Amino acid sequence: MRTNDPSPGQASAAPALFHSRGPISAALLGMLPHPLEQADGLAVLAQHVDAAIAATPDILHDDDLQLSLFVLYGLNYGSVVAADDDWEWNPGLIAIRGAIERAFEAALRERVPAVPLPPANREAVAEALFELTKPSTGPSLSKYVARQATDEQLHELVIQRSVYTLKEADPHSWGIPRLYGRAKAAMMEIQADEYGGGNATRMHSAIYAGLMRLLGLDDRYGAYVNQVPAITLTSLNMSSMFGLNRRLRGAVCGHLAAFEMTSAIPSRYYGNGFRRLGYGEDVTWYYDEHVEADSVHEQIAGRDLAGSLAEDEPQLLPDILFGANACLTIDGWAGDHILASWEAGRSSLRVPLAPAERVSA
Amino acid sequence: MDAPGHEVPPLHPLIVACTDGPLLVRGDVELVAADGEPIERTRKVVALCRCGASTIKPYCDGTHKLTGFTTGPEH
Ligand code: FES
Ligand SMILES: [Fe+2]
Ligand SMILES: [Fe+2]
Repeated sequence: MRTNDPSPGQASAAPALFHSRGPISAALLGMLPHPLEQADGLAVLAQHVDAAIAATPDILHDDDLQLSLFVLYGLNYGSVVAADDDWEWNPGLIAIRGAIERAFEAALRERVPAVPLPPANREAVAEALFELTKPSTGPSLSKYVARQATDEQLHELVIQRSVYTLKEADPHSWGIPRLYGRAKAAMMEIQADEYGGGNATRMHSAIYAGLMRLLGLDDRYGAYVNQVPAITLTSLNMSSMFGLNRRLRGAVCGHLAAFEMTSAIPSRYYGNGFRRLGYGEDVTWYYDEHVEADSVHEQIAGRDLAGSLAEDEPQLLPDILFGANACLTIDGWAGDHILASWEAGRSSLRVPLAPAERVSA
Repeated sequence: MDAPGHEVPPLHPLIVACTDGPLLVRGDVELVAADGEPIERTRKVVALCRCGASTIKPYCDGTHKLTGFTTGPEH
């Protein structure tokens, strides 16, 4: 059996298996470590998946279905779950993934508020995206972090964000070969910077892993998946779905644009939170880097990526705006969950961190 | 060989005046301080602040979005 082990130099996967969150994720996690030959049971699982989709009151907050989707995408990413590599393109699993994705996308299209469409030209699209993403004057997670988060809450924030950030940029990179011309070049210009401009130690995911180690946290991918609520998985699953489906290339570009446009100012606030508690530049490097980098990326993403795509493939304009607002909506919910938990004096984690899970620095 | 209608060869310096935002600088441009010392540059494309409010000058940090900076119709 070949295994989905990380190659040397990659962040390694945590050894512990994820805890299942219901029958679907339990069946998948039980099946994947075994060789593909043991794929009986997939037909039954597919029926259970259909039933779970029909029964869920809200797939966007469904722990079992979102963890299942996360595990299935993990077969494409690698270093997420211990699995026989041959499962990646198993038609039965692809069909199950497709069923969950259809329900997931339908829920997103229903719940993400529609945005008025600008004319399909670069400047108008950039302007509309900057307007949609403009900083709010109200309370926000990043302002809370800057002003009053405790050391423990900062650790929690880093844990919550690690589910995406240890794979930073990867979901959108699935979109690169699905674009052409100016939009592809723009995506590459941004992603090259995300991946450190050819310097592995400057890769944003690597800088983040370093931040985790400095805070005494486990930087192996997936180490804290058991701790995070469904909405944190939903956030990553959404961009994975946008990136992995060519049909949704408009959404992945809109998503990236909104992500970049809402990063620089919050990153400064996050950095301020760490500085307030006495942490140095080694710890704030990740946030400082994003203050500068994303002030560049947001300009490229607005005009050269989303704007060019809208000019070159105007039929994608609605999905560009949909992807952008989906990012703001879902990531907004994920942030609101953390903020509301803290304001109520609770942890935002699903399972509190056992002392042993905080390794010493 | 230049392709017909090709606007800007790669690496040629190109500065984009972004509406209501920074100057986006691409290509082979040397950035130096007033005393001629090179300014640290860690990425291929940089955004230079033109609103005056950035905390990481000469680079843009997005603050122009908080101050309502506008470049007007002339850029
Ligand atoms: S132009 Fe962006 S902060 Fe000044
Ligand atoms: Fe980044
Ligand atoms: Fe970025």
